Amino acid sequence: MTNQGNNKDIRIGFYICHCGTNIASTVDVQKVVEFASKLPKVVVSRDYKYMCSDPGQELIQKDIKELGLNRIVVAACSPFLHEKTFRNASSQAGLNQFYFQMVNTREQNSWVHLDPYASTEKAIDLVRAAIYRVVYHKPLEQKRVPIHPDVLVVGGGIAGIHAALTLANAGKKVYLVEREPSIGGHMAMFDKTFPTLDCAACILTPKMTAVKNHPNITLWTYSEVIGVDGYVGNFKVKVRRKPRYINEDLCIGCLDCIEACVYKEGRFYDEFNLGLSKRKPVYIPFPQAVPLLVVIDPETCIQFKSGKCKQTCVEVCEPNAIDFTQKERIEEIEVGTIIIATGFQTFDPKKIPYYGYGTYPNVYTALEVERLINASGPTQGQIVLRDGTRPKSIAIIHCVGSRDKNTNQWCSRVCCLYSIKLAHLLKERTEAEIYNFYIDIRTPGKMMDEFFIRMKEEGIKFIRGRVADIYPDTSNGCCGKLVVKAEDTLVGEIIKVPVDMVVLSIGLEPRADAQEIRRMFNITCSTEGFYIERHPKLAPVNTFTDGIFLAGCCQGPKDIPDTVAQAGAAAAEALTLIDTGYIEIEPNTAFVLEDDCSGCKSCIPLCPYTAISFLEDKKKAFINEVLCKGCGTCVAACPSGSIVQNLFEDEEIFSEIVGVLNYTYHEEEV
Amino acid sequence: MAEKPKVAMYWCASCGGCEESVVDLAEDILFVVENVDIIFWPVAMDFKRSDVEKFADGEILVSMINGAIRSSEQYEMAQLLRKKSKIMIAYGACSHMGGIPSLANEFRKELIQNYVYSEAPTVSNPDETRPQPILKENGREVELPVLWETVRALDQVVDVDYYIPGCPPTPKILKNALVTLLSGNLPPKGTVLSPDVALCDECPRKDTKPTDLQFKEFKRPHLVEIDPELCFLAQGLICMGPATRSGCEALCIGGNMPCSGCFGPTSRVRDHGAKFLSSIASSVDAKTEPEIDEILNGIPDPVGTFYRYGLAKSTLHRRLNL
Amino acid sequence: MMENKSNGNGQKEWQPKIVAFFCNWCTYTAADSAGVSRIKYAPNIRIIRVMCSGRVDPQFILDSFAKGADGVLIGGCHPGDCHYQEGNYKCLRRFRLLQRVINSFGIEPERLRLEWISASEADRVRVVVNEMVNQVKALGPLALPQKYEELKKEIEHHPVTSEIKEE
Repeated sequence: MTNQGNNKDIRIGFYICHCGTNIASTVDVQKVVEFASKLPKVVVSRDYKYMCSDPGQELIQKDIKELGLNRIVVAACSPFLHEKTFRNASSQAGLNQFYFQMVNTREQNSWVHLDPYASTEKAIDLVRAAIYRVVYHKPLEQKRVPIHPDVLVVGGGIAGIHAALTLANAGKKVYLVEREPSIGGHMAMFDKTFPTLDCAACILTPKMTAVKNHPNITLWTYSEVIGVDGYVGNFKVKVRRKPRYINEDLCIGCLDCIEACVYKEGRFYDEFNLGLSKRKPVYIPFPQAVPLLVVIDPETCIQFKSGKCKQTCVEVCEPNAIDFTQKERIEEIEVGTIIIATGFQTFDPKKIPYYGYGTYPNVYTALEVERLINASGPTQGQIVLRDGTRPKSIAIIHCVGSRDKNTNQWCSRVCCLYSIKLAHLLKERTEAEIYNFYIDIRTPGKMMDEFFIRMKEEGIKFIRGRVADIYPDTSNGCCGKLVVKAEDTLVGEIIKVPVDMVVLSIGLEPRADAQEIRRMFNITCSTEGFYIERHPKLAPVNTFTDGIFLAGCCQGPKDIPDTVAQAGAAAAEALTLIDTGYIEIEPNTAFVLEDDCSGCKSCIPLCPYTAISFLEDKKKAFINEVLCKGCGTCVAACPSGSIVQNLFEDEEIFSEIVGVLNYTYHEEEV
Repeated sequence: MAEKPKVAMYWCASCGGCEESVVDLAEDILFVVENVDIIFWPVAMDFKRSDVEKFADGEILVSMINGAIRSSEQYEMAQLLRKKSKIMIAYGACSHMGGIPSLANEFRKELIQNYVYSEAPTVSNPDETRPQPILKENGREVELPVLWETVRALDQVVDVDYYIPGCPPTPKILKNALVTLLSGNLPPKGTVLSPDVALCDECPRKDTKPTDLQFKEFKRPHLVEIDPELCFLAQGLICMGPATRSGCEALCIGGNMPCSGCFGPTSRVRDHGAKFLSSIASSVDAKTEPEIDEILNGIPDPVGTFYRYGLAKSTLHRRLNL
Repeated sequence: MMENKSNGNGQKEWQPKIVAFFCNWCTYTAADSAGVSRIKYAPNIRIIRVMCSGRVDPQFILDSFAKGADGVLIGGCHPGDCHYQEGNYKCLRRFRLLQRVINSFGIEPERLRLEWISASEADRVRVVVNEMVNQVKALGPLALPQKYEELKKEIEHHPVTSEIKEE
């Protein structure tokens, strides 16, 4: 074999993991062991039930010491899972951890193939490749990157609030950036929360105030992150602070300006109340808003539209806080870690036209009903229809936009429980007859099913059937009722229920700009747009980008307890990095072979991180190891082969090619 | 006076330029004559193959073969000289990497012969006469060399010790090589006897290349007026300099022509053309397939451009659907 | 030798071997996630992990063909999604030019494929691999190492001792 290194002292140990039966039931482990034992430089070839277990790791360590192994290859699961485990095991036995190579035999082999013969052949090819490759491995040192102690939290819903407070209480400086004029997110819009029925405002408002008053938190509302540069430990973030046209340092939150506005009544769509009420051009989103600062909406304010307003608001403002000339500002900050808590949006029920939302005024979304029920909402908590009457019968339609391949396929997780909660609250306030139309009732979690049972006992009706149509009741010259038509699948017949009010339990979706946001932060998301965690079980708040963590519904639909738990976990992950003070990162950076470089400059424009510069004195290219992120693009493009990427050297990859193809011809045609 | 080391030179599939390059040594040829005994050089002196056969194995110090190997005769001569020589040198691009003749590897032998013996506009061959392996004439039977299907570099048929690159090698490179060989201080086997750094290193236009070069279009040298000072790549002209060994003193560049790659790749590169392709394509200033293709179409013959001197030694050697 | 010949089973259907270069962040992760979801696909693929599709040197692709691959698949992040910002564009540009080159060498374009597969598109790994395996199966073996051996026969054919013969 001409393609293997000529270092005669290389002593390879090979190990294959059964992973219980996960690997061994498809891959003929014994055959692979026997095969590997015959490859050149392999000193020992073994299998073990669970290589990642302590005895498995000890096996490797014992062999390193007793057999003088200096290269280790393990065929097991994905390197994403246990590469670190085996590197550590090797290094504890005195071997440089990078003299290790892993063969993905589970995720990319035994789990995806059925034919044991083909699966075993594939394992053999990949083992051969790894054994050829590991010969070329070099001892490397892990790079340490210092962690800037400040943290950025993006999104001021309950997730962002909880994460920010956790970090701030631990003494870390936090920037909390929220797009809307107030923090609070969706939770601030809710009335009561399931299953305890404690009022959302009562538990959220103190936390919002705590954010405002915390000396370690810099709160920027009405602001957006517009650029992220750098890498774990050293992110440079640009934040756009939109003008409120109010001097934040002067405004005392007296709200006199709102009272004094030339518009005597609210005339414009009130975002917080989802349009169920009207607001003025100068407004606060809701009474408990944090910070309690007014906002002037330039789209509707006469001063901005015509420049000819009497400016009664300015007259009345004693601190002279109103400033029509305010411009947006760009703040630049440096942080070491970032928590993304950008939340969700609700499904737009207009996408299901036969439910009549937007057509029939008495069809509401669940979020609108939250506002109606809320004492500080548009009706001060009165459940009245748009014509002012009180509904006597209400249908709540579950799974609107969820669990349906025509809309969103996923279960939004919270809708069953909030529907049951709304049913209870509506019944309590109106004594109306309440019908829940459901596909399945899903009430996992502590105290959740008990809650459901209790509500059922209150006399709320549950009908198992997906609603097929909602239309006005025209029978007998009737009365503005809506007919809800569904098949009651428990009875097996079509039923038509006339009601006064329909509530659509809309699902949760990723935000419309989720893709742009994730690009900016260089994290990954599913095709739907929920951000992807590094590992669904073992790294649920980490992303594939070191130093960036996830909290709340931006990662997937979840309820408040889970959101808060996740936010705490994200804060803990950030704290771990900050308090360690540094992070060790893969030394897969590239370097220029200075003597060999011709100074052709071909590589320089290829680096997106401007890590490559041209040394004018030497007329050679130079890679700044700190800036290099190790993609290897310049290595592939260097026309004279004078750039090397650690861990992915040309010879390492060429030897893998020889290995997977079992190439045995001689290189030269002699 | 001690016997001078014996040197043989031979010409296979090449244009003769390599032979010329020896004469280009000018007065330095005297240095050669002083130090070595040229015992075989068919282009210049009347020697026969039988003269070579008389030498003992290894008696010749150095054989320098130029030209690619594409016939049975060339192969035989290469084998013979290899046997008789201590050191075998592939001299010039054709011997080193297949050279221009190996562009024939883009075609089948039959197609080439059809063209040469009948289709070419200057050929009149009404009887469709073709080379025959056996010629019978005047009562004698002569076996003629067979043209191979595939053109090969010297080291693809015999063991080669060193390579002197270039189309043709420059006098300086030749002289340096001879001095090295006569010094007895031999480099490791397989060494290409020119600097292992790309041409940009010694290019007089090096400073004029920008550090943010992106290709918006590729131009062809015969269709534009070439700036005599500015880096060719910066002018959108394909210059293989970044991927090609130096040592030629940038002669083409001096003549206002871009490098076409005759010195071959550095020792760190396995496939000259692929590596150059990678570097050029990476900097194409487009992001969609149609835009990328439009720019890349400015290179009408990628194989002939990137593998002009090295098709035989390229990873894929030749066109395959024979 | 190729596995398909060493199977020792003459009746067994010829199985192509496809070398795949998958980027660490998108396609390799998608392939892992296909495993976690137990999605089944053809076992003909041999994945070599690189950090970015921008690391895929055209030399690796040509070398894979020359050493016996029947097909080469490159997997990277979707345009605009590269973990390293633009490595995938560099890969795409090389790929476009390399397709023309391998074509000149007589290798069918279906044997070299570039696919953008994001970390979430586990099922896309199945679709792409199965599709490519079927296409390459239809083309038959590329078998360059064997073809090179075949070509070498013309070298061995002639002895050194041909002399002018008197009749």
